[in-house]
Formats: sequence, C-alpha cells, structure tokens
Amino acid sequence: MSTENSAITPKRESLFSKKNRKLLKDPLSESNPITIQVLGICSALAITVQLQQAVIMSLSVLFVMIGANLLVSLLRNLIPDRIRIIVQLVIIASLVIIVDEVLKAYQPDISEKLSVFVGLIITNCIIMGRLEAFALANKPGPSVFDAIGNAMGYAWVLLVVSIVREIFGSGAISLPGMGQVKFLPQDWFVSSGGFYENNNLMILPPMALVVVGIIIWIQRSRNEALIED
Amino acid sequence: MAINKNGTGYTFLFSIIMVVIVGTALAYTSLSLKPLQKKNAADKKMVDILGAIGVTTTRENAETDFPTYVKERLSIDSEGNVLNSSTGKVDHADSSDPFNLDVKKDYRSKKLPSELSFPLYICEDVIGKKIYVIPVVGSGLWGPIWGFVALESDMNTIYGAKFDHKTETPGLGAEIKDDFFSDKFKGQKLRDASPYFTIIKGGRKIEDLHSVDGITGGTITSVGVGEMIDRTISIYQYYFESVTNSSEQ
Repeated sequence: MSTENSAITPKRESLFSKKNRKLLKDPLSESNPITIQVLGICSALAITVQLQQAVIMSLSVLFVMIGANLLVSLLRNLIPDRIRIIVQLVIIASLVIIVDEVLKAYQPDISEKLSVFVGLIITNCIIMGRLEAFALANKPGPSVFDAIGNAMGYAWVLLVVSIVREIFGSGAISLPGMGQVKFLPQDWFVSSGGFYENNNLMILPPMALVVVGIIIWIQRSRNEALIED
Repeated sequence: MAINKNGTGYTFLFSIIMVVIVGTALAYTSLSLKPLQKKNAADKKMVDILGAIGVTTTRENAETDFPTYVKERLSIDSEGNVLNSSTGKVDHADSSDPFNLDVKKDYRSKKLPSELSFPLYICEDVIGKKIYVIPVVGSGLWGPIWGFVALESDMNTIYGAKFDHKTETPGLGAEIKDDFFSDKFKGQKLRDASPYFTIIKGGRKIEDLHSVDGITGGTITSVGVGEMIDRTISIYQYYFESVTNSSEQ
C-alpha cells in the first residue's frame, strides 16, 4: 500500500494546496494503482476491448470511489473497529448496485457488455485499499481528492489499453453518435486488396496484459525511481 | 459518558442503522428505475426475436420493426391448444398479450407444464417466408440462459437461433450469445422424438443434421442449450402436430 497518509494539518488549507495536488497527481504516475501497485487488474484486462466500455467502467469506478471514500471518511469516527471491513464492503456494494441499476436503466447495451464486471467493482482491490489506507484516517476533503486521483490513475490506463486494443483489434473505434471512426485507410485492409489485417489476438484478454506490461515498461524506463533492485 | 465504540451494543446498533439506511436507499433506487429497465428488457426481447429470424435491428427501432415481421403472437397450453392470440403493436400493459408471458419466471417457478402457457411467435422474414419462433429457457453453469429458436414452416428445419445468458463465464460459456455459435444451428433439423436436438462435446459427425458442436471450455453451458431446446420442443411438438394434421385434412 502507498505511504502518502500524512498527518492532518491544523491550519485550514486551500483547495489546491500542494498536499491536495499531490493526492491527485501521485496516483496518476508514481503510485498508479494499476501499473505500480498492480491492483484492479482483473477488470482492466477484461473490459478494455472497446473504448466505450472502458469509459463507462472508469466513470463507474470514479463514482463508487468518490462515494465510498467520502462516506467512510465522514463516518470514520463512528465506525466500530471490529466491523470496519464489513462496513466498507456494505458501502462499496451498495454504491456498485446503484451503478449497476442505473446502467441497466440508461445504458442497457453497455451494461450487457460489462456484464459481471460492474458487480465485480465490489471486489476491486483499489477501492477497499483506498478506504483502508486513506479514508479511514483522513478528512472528507482530502479523501475525495484521493478517490479522484486513484480513479483517474485507473481510468487513464484503461483508456490507453482500450484505445490500443480497439484500433489494432477492430480497426476502428466505435463512438456513440459517430459510429465507427476508422484510423487506417480502407484500401490497406486485405478485404479490399491491401496488406493489413486486424489482429484478432488484440481483442483477447492476453493482449491486454501485454499492453499493460508495455505501459509499465515505458513508465519505469522514464522514471528511474520506480525501478526495483 | 463517552460512547464505547468497540462495545457489542454499539456495534449492533451501528449495524442495524446501517442496514436500514442502505436497504431503503437500494429499494428506492430499484423501484424508481424498474419501469425503464422493463422497457429495455422488452426491447431487447424484440431485438432477439428478430435476430432469430435474421433481421437486424436496434433497441430504438425494435418497437416499430417488431410488428412488421412478427405477424401473430400466440399462447398455447402444454397440449398444443391455442389460448390467446395477438397481432400488431405489443401492448405492454395487457397481460393477455402472449408477448408479456415471462417464460424465465415460469421456468424458475418449477410449475408443471400443464399449469403454464407458452408463447409462440409466427413471423415472416424479409422475403415473406413463414417462420415459427419459440422462446427457450434453461440453466447454464452459473445462472439462467435463454434464447429464441426459429423453425421453418415444416416445423422441423431450424431457420435461425439466438441465445443469451446472465452470468456465464466470459470467453467460455458466455460465447453462446455470439453469432459463430448460433449460426451453426441454421439449416439443422430436429429429430422426430426426444432428444429433438443435441449439443455434442467432441466427435460430432459432420453429416449429423440433428446436432451442433458445443463450445470448448463451456460444456455445461452448451449442454444446457441442448437441454432447453429439447425440453421446449417436446412441449411445442403437440401444437406443431395439430397444425400439420389440420393442414393435411
């Protein structure tokens, strides 16, 4: 688990103080939940076939994380220690069920594609990890920043992986209202006499692992502090 | 006196209050979103029925496309007698409309076939060929599976099929909903007696017209598909016999 749980400062601090900025920024790179802590990998591999699914999944995780971090932080002085994990689980599970119900009502197609993975947000280690490591010991404000930071850290990796996989796996990115946006000229494809064919391996989960691996590689080669001995 | 946060009494009180609040919030969310979810489920059902007869449509157009291809909706009893019939646009509030029969609920209820009624959709495809669409429901590995099987007017040749599932394993059993699986049913034929149709794990003869290959790694789900087709056809068989007999006379 990361170590940025600094003590609560007595002075009232501004919204974008250095500390709050750090809470938002760190999870994007140096303590990224996926690439550095390697949490939440299951969903990251499973639902990154299409950009659209990854966006909805990221928004769902963002909502659940902000909600859970805020609630746990507000209740942190009331939650009995002995049942704190159960309380955290109940809060996460309720928020996830709400997300699931809303998706079923307003985004039925996406909800179907995400299938069990929305429900599995409950078991996403990132969320409970942040509750246990941060929200239980910090005020609501910083907890919300921490939630946004970590959810964004999760989101950008998902988005990058899904964009790569959709372009190379399906040859086009499908966007709501715009249909299929092609990135390669049609006459490159074998079907119209060209030389290029979509890589079917890209739409299978193993390639998500490879793409995440490449992101980790790039990230560590740029930031030597992250390289382990 | 300060409250002892670790006392048993406090822990119980906290849990009770938490459960009541959470329960209320979830019940409220569920109830207020129910109408929209029901509409989505009905649209999806139309899309799937049309999918079984090879007509591709979207959720938005399902409501208007449905009556164009589905000419008549029947409900029959377990002996093949027609109980109700509806045509035209689907009335979601009318419980006598066969479209509103919830076959999934009936399947879960474990009632005997004689206590239930079964929906049957009589459709015409794009070139006006008469097709019978039968809803099927069964059990996969983790949860319910369902679908629609379309039969040609000889009531023996499979015209098309469409399957779906609730919680089958992605990449394995969940692939029953993919076209590569349902396309294999096209042109296959039913046997004259049960098992009317089977899904085979390995070693299927290519000339066998009464079966298709199961999905690798999804055997239990595949077998579930075969079972639900066989069980459902054995009920609709009575209706088919009565139709064939009356047309011969």
